[in-house]
Amino acid sequence: MKKTAALFIVALFTAAAAFAQAPDRSKPPALGPAPSLKLADIQKLKLSNGLAVWIVEHHEVPLAQINMIIRSGSAADPIGKYGVGSLAAAMLDEGAGTRNSLELADALEFLGANLSTTSSFDYAAIRLSVPVSKLSDALPLMADVTMRPTFPAGDLDRLKKERLTALLQAKDNPAALIGMAFPRVVFGPTHRYGTSGNGLPPAIESFTVADLQSFYRAHYRPENATLLVVGDVTPATVMPMLEKQFGAWKVEGMAARVAEVPLAPQLKSRAVYIVDKAGSAQSQIRIGWVGVPRSTADYAALEVLNTILGGSFTSRLNQNLREQHGYSYGASSAFDMRLSAGPFLAAAGVQTDKTGPAVQEFFNELNGILKPIPADELQKAKNYVALGFPGEFETTGDLARKLEDLVVYNLPANTYSNFVDQVNKVTAADLQKLAAQYIQPDKMAVVIVGDRKVIEGDILKLNLGPINIIPIDDLFK
Amino acid sequence: MKRCLLISALVLAFSTMPGVHAQTLSVPFTSFKLPNGLNVILHRDTSVPVVSVNVWYHVGSGNERPGRTGFAHLFEHVMFEGSMHVPEGEFDNWLEAAGGNNNGSTTNDRTNYYEDLPANALELALFLESDRMGFLLDDKAPDKINGQRDVVKNEKRQSYDNQPYGSAFLELPTMLYPAGHPYSWSTIGSMEDLTAASFEDVARFFRTYYVPGNASLVIAGDIDIAATRKLVEKWFSDVPAGKPVPPINAPTAVLDGVKKKTITDRVQLPRLYLAWHTPALLKPGDAEMDIVSNLLTGGKNSRLYRRLVYEMQIAQDVNAVQQSQALDSNFLIIATARPGQTLDRIQGVIDEELDKLRAAPPDPREMQRALNQIEANFYRGMERVGGFGGKANQLNAYYKATGQPDYFQKDLDRYRALKPADIKAAVEKYLPKDRRVELSVVPGDKK
Repeated sequence: MKKTAALFIVALFTAAAAFAQAPDRSKPPALGPAPSLKLADIQKLKLSNGLAVWIVEHHEVPLAQINMIIRSGSAADPIGKYGVGSLAAAMLDEGAGTRNSLELADALEFLGANLSTTSSFDYAAIRLSVPVSKLSDALPLMADVTMRPTFPAGDLDRLKKERLTALLQAKDNPAALIGMAFPRVVFGPTHRYGTSGNGLPPAIESFTVADLQSFYRAHYRPENATLLVVGDVTPATVMPMLEKQFGAWKVEGMAARVAEVPLAPQLKSRAVYIVDKAGSAQSQIRIGWVGVPRSTADYAALEVLNTILGGSFTSRLNQNLREQHGYSYGASSAFDMRLSAGPFLAAAGVQTDKTGPAVQEFFNELNGILKPIPADELQKAKNYVALGFPGEFETTGDLARKLEDLVVYNLPANTYSNFVDQVNKVTAADLQKLAAQYIQPDKMAVVIVGDRKVIEGDILKLNLGPINIIPIDDLFK
Repeated sequence: MKRCLLISALVLAFSTMPGVHAQTLSVPFTSFKLPNGLNVILHRDTSVPVVSVNVWYHVGSGNERPGRTGFAHLFEHVMFEGSMHVPEGEFDNWLEAAGGNNNGSTTNDRTNYYEDLPANALELALFLESDRMGFLLDDKAPDKINGQRDVVKNEKRQSYDNQPYGSAFLELPTMLYPAGHPYSWSTIGSMEDLTAASFEDVARFFRTYYVPGNASLVIAGDIDIAATRKLVEKWFSDVPAGKPVPPINAPTAVLDGVKKKTITDRVQLPRLYLAWHTPALLKPGDAEMDIVSNLLTGGKNSRLYRRLVYEMQIAQDVNAVQQSQALDSNFLIIATARPGQTLDRIQGVIDEELDKLRAAPPDPREMQRALNQIEANFYRGMERVGGFGGKANQLNAYYKATGQPDYFQKDLDRYRALKPADIKAAVEKYLPKDRRVELSVVPGDKK
């Protein structure tokens, strides 16, 4: 609508509308049937070298999102080199082709493009967001970053110092400390999931250009990659550009065989771990153990179970710790699903003087979820998960992330079209069975970063099991 | 996290809007006012079967009175606890059962609320928003404020007290503004004032500020315009009109010298904050300062990042931001020292780079690079309808600031009109070395 027309309507409506009759507020209005999402087709194509290309057309805003997925993340780090995959990914845009770090950044920014290079435990990604009018200018830069990184020694030294300084700063921050302490307790210092993707100081200090090149050569290969394209493009317009930039990508030798991440041994008995941070205004609490991999057949049901326990605002943990007791600004729980089983955790920051009572309330809810779930609570959670699902497909970035999961976890093509049905089929009996299997409060680790002298006495009274004290510096070794 | 406060200056680098060279950007809308004064803006976007209901009340912490700092934000929390026809807890229960999400936030200038939900559930959100706009106070209200007082105190503990450098954002307002100025306290407020807030305060605040004439409702997404207008009339027409809201009377805040202060915190590394008064949101000079922030710290080639972090490596991070506000904006430069480095040395380099911009305009390519990034970010802001960063919220933001919801193109044009010489002039005028706040946070005990 044009501006003039809109102004006309303003005048018209101001004059009308005086027929107010009070609506019936005695109950919420009845709602019509929920809309279903029509998922756009995924067009699965290949370049001449075999590189897989998936395209989803999304003609709303003149933007394109191009994500190169490398199916090797931090989980592929060799023992003793934890952090090398993450650093290799971070170094990709610090020099590539004929450009140094600053020249690359200048060229991309001049196009209004955002290019990021990152990795998680499960995969690495080079993600480009660019106005479609600049796509053909930006793709050669993305191709350099993907296929021709130069790993300059000076830039490696700079990034190492940045990461070491960030770890020094983590000592200030209880939220950062709990993020290091909890996985280390649950998975141990040797399992890859026990250490953050970036790794710890001794390994970071040791990394050389040769370490990065060796990781890069083993994993950044067309047969280990998929190119995802979402946005205001068509295969006819974009495939020739992709062929020109990526069609000649060939790598000599065999791809590295990446061993699967071993399933971590499950915890056997409950214990408490306190990281002493004197003077903390709040205690950071994480309670959990080894959870499930993304490949689980129970994915949809576990989403519903977690929504009830701690996955939404009205979940039991948040209602209890925030709304009922006011101990916290918010409490939550999550199954962190990866290629292998990641952690299950229940989490909150709680005011220091209420740490003991708050931990007790956590256990009340973790035990409570083992009992049959009332029908209306189950229905609310199923609706929340199923009816909210279409909203996860709104932007080019949203759509590309959904495609990434299909690629990385090798999920069936009908994963998203079946999801709502799977959620709707979940029963209370299913959840009781799953809760008994995946949530066993008497075997979980209770990890707390807080002021030991204030909280330890109250924790002791709860009789949760042995209390271990972890010095902060031990988390960084 | 739900019901958050926009605490940091860094979240609002620029409001992100659309932009294309050849075409004119527009977000088509229909607008009308109800007889009780409520302004309504409707925008249709059918890309996903989702609708966003977004309400702005033109009241923020700037409207608070001394002794009740933090009250606007505490009140925001109470708004989720039910109203006359919505029992406590059901606001969230009913929305989640319909597949919806919701949140609210408070700044100096305004308080906003949204519900993002499947298109079939629009009427539920209108019922809930109209009920709390018209009929918030019931006999449970005194208990609700007690409950949310504890939650908000824990929000302060989590976001400020237990956060490294968190106290800096409590200090800066008191250094920038004279006592009594509406921006001279933080939005989160003080623990003492939160304790003192009473039910009478809630009732007075509701009657004074939460009136339809002081609010604006945007409905954006997969809607039928005519049917939606009827639903709005059905649910909001019986909301009682209130009295006109008293305007804020604030003297222009000026610094007449350097205000310097050092505070301690339990941190490993010192951090420097430089702050200036700059032109208000959308006023002449505001866009210039957005460009200056990009030239200083937007990307590896930006002047301060390149020197401090990339080349000299004496800082771990550096960020510059124009924090645009209705009465008066703040320009902030924040840098953290690397181990062994001093804030004096970092401040020296910052001043050298500001001197260079005072002496000579940026080169045309550098300027164009900043404009291209801003323009692309306008597009990215067009993709989402709901949430704090979507089109619905931006329509309300432009309406409050200009009276024109579809201000997207005019906003972008502000940046396009600028020349390198304008940037040089703005740095000279608005970032003087001898009139600013210099706050250092150094390792020690938390104060």
